[in-house]
Amino acid sequence: MSALDIVSLVASAELWSAVLRIATPLIFGTLGVLLCERAGVLNLGIEGIMVAGAFAGWLTVYQGAGLWSGVAAAAVTGAAFGLLHAFLTVSLALSQHVSGLGITLLATSLASYAYRVSFPSVSTPPTIHPFAEMSAVPIPVLSSQTPLTWLALALVPALAWVLYRTPLGLALRMVGENPAAVEGQGIDVVRLRTLAVVAGSSLMGVAGAFLTLSAFNAFYFNMVNGRGWICVALVVFAGWRPGKALGGALLFAFCDALQLRLSQQAGGIPYQIYLMVPYVLSIVALVVVARRATYPQALMKPWRKGER
Amino acid sequence: MTASGRGGGAGAVLRLSGISKRFGAIVANDAISLDLARGEILALLGENGAGKSTLVSILFGHYVADAGTIEAFGKPLPPGDPAAALAVGIGMVHQHFTLADNLTVQDNVVLGTEPLWALASRRAAARAKLVATAEKFGLMVDPDARVATLSVGERQRVEILKALYRDARVLILDEPTSVLTPQEAAALFSTLARLCADGLSIIFISHKLTEVLRVSDRIAVLRAGRLVATLDAATAQSSELAELMVGRAVRKPVARDHQRGDTACAVSRLRVDAESGALHDVTLALRAGEIVGIAGVSGNGQQALADVLCGLRAPDAGTVTLAGRSMRADPRAWIDAGVARIPEDRHAAGVIGDFAVWENAIAERYRRPFSSAGIVRRTAARKYARTLADRFDVRGGGLDTKAAALSGGNVQKLILGRALTGGFSQGDDFTPVLIVANQPTWGLDIGAVAYVHQRLLDASARGAAVLLISDDLDEILAIADRIAVMHGGRLSRARPAGEWTRAAIGLAMTGAEAAADAA
Amino acid sequence: MRLEARARRSRAALLLAPFAAIAFTLAVTMALVAWAGAPIRETYALLFAGAFGSRFAWSETLTRATPLIFTGLSVAVAFRARLWNIGAEGQLYAGALAAVAVGGLHGGAGFDLPAGVLFPAMLGASIAAGAVLLLVPTFLRTRFGVDEVVTTLLLNFIVLLAVSMLLDGPMKDPAGLGWPQSVALRDDLQLDKLVPRTRVHTGLVYALVAAAILAFVVRATTLGFEMRAVGANARAAAFAGVPVARTMALVATISGGLAGLAGAIEVAGRTGYVTLDMSPGYGYSGIVIAMLAGLSPLGVVAAAVFIAGVLVGADSMSRGVAVPTYIADVIVAVSLVSMLVATLFVRYRLRLR
Repeated sequence: MSALDIVSLVASAELWSAVLRIATPLIFGTLGVLLCERAGVLNLGIEGIMVAGAFAGWLTVYQGAGLWSGVAAAAVTGAAFGLLHAFLTVSLALSQHVSGLGITLLATSLASYAYRVSFPSVSTPPTIHPFAEMSAVPIPVLSSQTPLTWLALALVPALAWVLYRTPLGLALRMVGENPAAVEGQGIDVVRLRTLAVVAGSSLMGVAGAFLTLSAFNAFYFNMVNGRGWICVALVVFAGWRPGKALGGALLFAFCDALQLRLSQQAGGIPYQIYLMVPYVLSIVALVVVARRATYPQALMKPWRKGER
Repeated sequence: MTASGRGGGAGAVLRLSGISKRFGAIVANDAISLDLARGEILALLGENGAGKSTLVSILFGHYVADAGTIEAFGKPLPPGDPAAALAVGIGMVHQHFTLADNLTVQDNVVLGTEPLWALASRRAAARAKLVATAEKFGLMVDPDARVATLSVGERQRVEILKALYRDARVLILDEPTSVLTPQEAAALFSTLARLCADGLSIIFISHKLTEVLRVSDRIAVLRAGRLVATLDAATAQSSELAELMVGRAVRKPVARDHQRGDTACAVSRLRVDAESGALHDVTLALRAGEIVGIAGVSGNGQQALADVLCGLRAPDAGTVTLAGRSMRADPRAWIDAGVARIPEDRHAAGVIGDFAVWENAIAERYRRPFSSAGIVRRTAARKYARTLADRFDVRGGGLDTKAAALSGGNVQKLILGRALTGGFSQGDDFTPVLIVANQPTWGLDIGAVAYVHQRLLDASARGAAVLLISDDLDEILAIADRIAVMHGGRLSRARPAGEWTRAAIGLAMTGAEAAADAA
Repeated sequence: MRLEARARRSRAALLLAPFAAIAFTLAVTMALVAWAGAPIRETYALLFAGAFGSRFAWSETLTRATPLIFTGLSVAVAFRARLWNIGAEGQLYAGALAAVAVGGLHGGAGFDLPAGVLFPAMLGASIAAGAVLLLVPTFLRTRFGVDEVVTTLLLNFIVLLAVSMLLDGPMKDPAGLGWPQSVALRDDLQLDKLVPRTRVHTGLVYALVAAAILAFVVRATTLGFEMRAVGANARAAAFAGVPVARTMALVATISGGLAGLAGAIEVAGRTGYVTLDMSPGYGYSGIVIAMLAGLSPLGVVAAAVFIAGVLVGADSMSRGVAVPTYIADVIVAVSLVSMLVATLFVRYRLRLR
């Protein structure tokens, strides 16, 4: 491929449409992890919650409900698992690592089990009609996106507003830095952290629903394929800020979209190398940022009321 | 046990009746009844572990009492609810600051003062109110400063502002002077006087007799969870208070006359680079048989100096020698060279909470001599631990008890014992070459404090060089032979204790080096 | 509701915890089975029979347990030192590949060395491969402060893609009829059967020996002392003179090595070659096993047999009733969470006020 070919590829609207599409679940997921971690809770359940959300959203639509009902169902599913994680890690102060991994395992296996119980003998996954593109909008790249992508993009400034300009956002940021300070100002730490985890987890559910209701139109096993873990890396890369999270997701999606298209054109390099790129990029991003990362100071430290 | 002076009666702003609280087997508060009048400063005096912090935590709603009631401004106060306490006008300045380092002063102060579900914060109005409150009470801070950049004194001002911003009428201060220089403490006291003049009532917790006598109107003495006396500060005597605090006469540690020997350890032009607590050009010589006290408020570089002398850190410039030999940064090398190390934070760095007492006893020497061919010599280790525990009176469980279950005093005795016996590597009669004691009596009750001091004095008499780092000036003045003052990473000259006055030390703590060296 | 620390750990809770966890798990599973519309008692009977009900069932369970013991030990060692090794899956595959690289029938006959030399070399290579895969994230953590949870996780995906790439190319089995599998291992390097006419192989003995050695190391050696110290309180350990970075490196080597060994033993004992699906998540199951065992090496053996029984039993059960095999993963996940909650009560008591 000549340099000119690459430049025209980068400038093409088709590439950027793909970038937005690939970035959408990452935006939802990263914002979800961001909410949890800002409040001081590491949520490694994201991979499983995305699977469960994908399944719940798809099943709801398959059974006749509207697409937005499907999204709502995914959000509720995510919230339910978030509630479990919050109970284990905030109320019971168990290890956040282990609880999160347990939830990933639980959510994935429950979704797979439910799928098999509902459809015992299908070989090709049943399909639904996914979200339609918003072709009525005159802007080139955005017109090929679905409403969920618009929602994701709108969520970024909305979340930034909540975090930095509302009392709730302040309390949330504080509880991830010094829960004793929050308690000392009369706010219940457990309730606040639980709220953050539940809200973040419902966003993770919606991230999964995007896969089945917008990007694709059926539920496949292994469809999430590590995107959840990439979101966990992206949050560090974003320095726990919504704006940078958007930037990170777009950057990542850009690299992903580019390598997909390059691999279709160039010969000789095994396709697996191209598939590895997202994961390698995430690790590199983590290393680059780690030195300067200002972690929320109470992240991963369990809080026990009365134990000061 | 009568309340005299302005306390008691229908005008009481706060009334605690019969407050009791236990934690498992420990009785923290035992049927305490106390009144607080308007505009008065009530001191809660007691040694560490007497139950003072527990009592005010119950008052503020961090804990729920097992029995007893609280009345605030004539109405009952719902227990266990900090929001209710705040709403009624009770504010608390905690001993360990409850501030978020990564956020600004304004963020920290404003948290919780607006309805949680409001759509937008009123930043400008809040800022104006914050500045006005600060000016009214003379507590100047920059609202937009990130807390991580503030000094300890400034942070305390933010903590007080948090309460005043919420229109507190009762202010609780938990050991506020433990992190201040004498000058800053004086400034705090005048602030408190100003608050009282404005009609606030103050509860002031301390274990320091002198300042309690100086600043309070009434003194309530707690001992082992019980209120043993309430006295008028104007007529109370310090010896009377001391005896009430401890319940018996306390033997002061006895220093034996002895020789000062050669230089055991020396640092020269030491420089340690760090974001906070750096060291600049520190020179100090420690001689055998002498106790050198380093006075100064925590955070001025003491930790870096201790780290270098414990072998945990290599200096960025300068030399470190022990008995004439240059030393590298390797804890084991220092331990083998006969250095006894007592760390500042006994639970975070001194012992491993999950390990048993016997495992902690050999933690510094698990390789030599308590292992051979890669296997831990259990029997020898346990025998040593047994002797150590007996000799140093470590109580609270057997050899297999986890260190986390021991009280602070017993943990300190375990650490002392481990440091001062050297694993019996030189037989029973081991004296360390150097003892590095970093805040060795922090949080200990008076009995344990006296014990630690006596051990340090005995070791010094036997020829050990002792470096005592402490932010407790009384402690340094009590046992040090020479005193140096640390401020901003610089160390003043170490002069004999007799040549210093309290005022001079206080001045040196604020950085008036020239004054310190010239006087 | 809040938790209050007990004055002394409750021995009763410690002994009851696994049983409480299993009971709760069975209750949850019952609900799921009922949802699938299958008869509950028959399902459980088939599950149990498939796991432990016959000589054949036992042999299958023990065969499954063999790699699980290794990965469980791998994770237990790491977690004890607070090294969150989530990459056992990738380390297993790396070990399997390394084993085949050394002992495989490359070009028909493989390396021309006697089995006595090649077998230990094969195991050594697999240990090294797994170790390197964990040493990299550990180094990133010690040097740059990068959280190893995410890096080890991401490495799993990278390794699996690398395996797929190698199986498509340089290590492809020429006699494999196009299936993506590696060259086969030399016959004389494969492990003998422990019990005739079953799949149980001597790898089980290796696993048990590894567990015993690890138990001894953790409890009685200076290395075990250092590992436990670093995991319990790294700062205090450093103060006392424990070489923290070096200990972490050793822990990473042992943990990664054990996972790599799991891969090698699977190849040498069960499959004979490497395929993309040779591990149905053994690395991740290892995490559950380690937690169920309370990070104790001997406990890992028991937990591994339990989990293996669940997986084998579920396979067998699903052939008899209309309950999907995924119930096995649900059982594993629920038992992990309930075990966590149950062991909490060893140290804490629930207070309603």
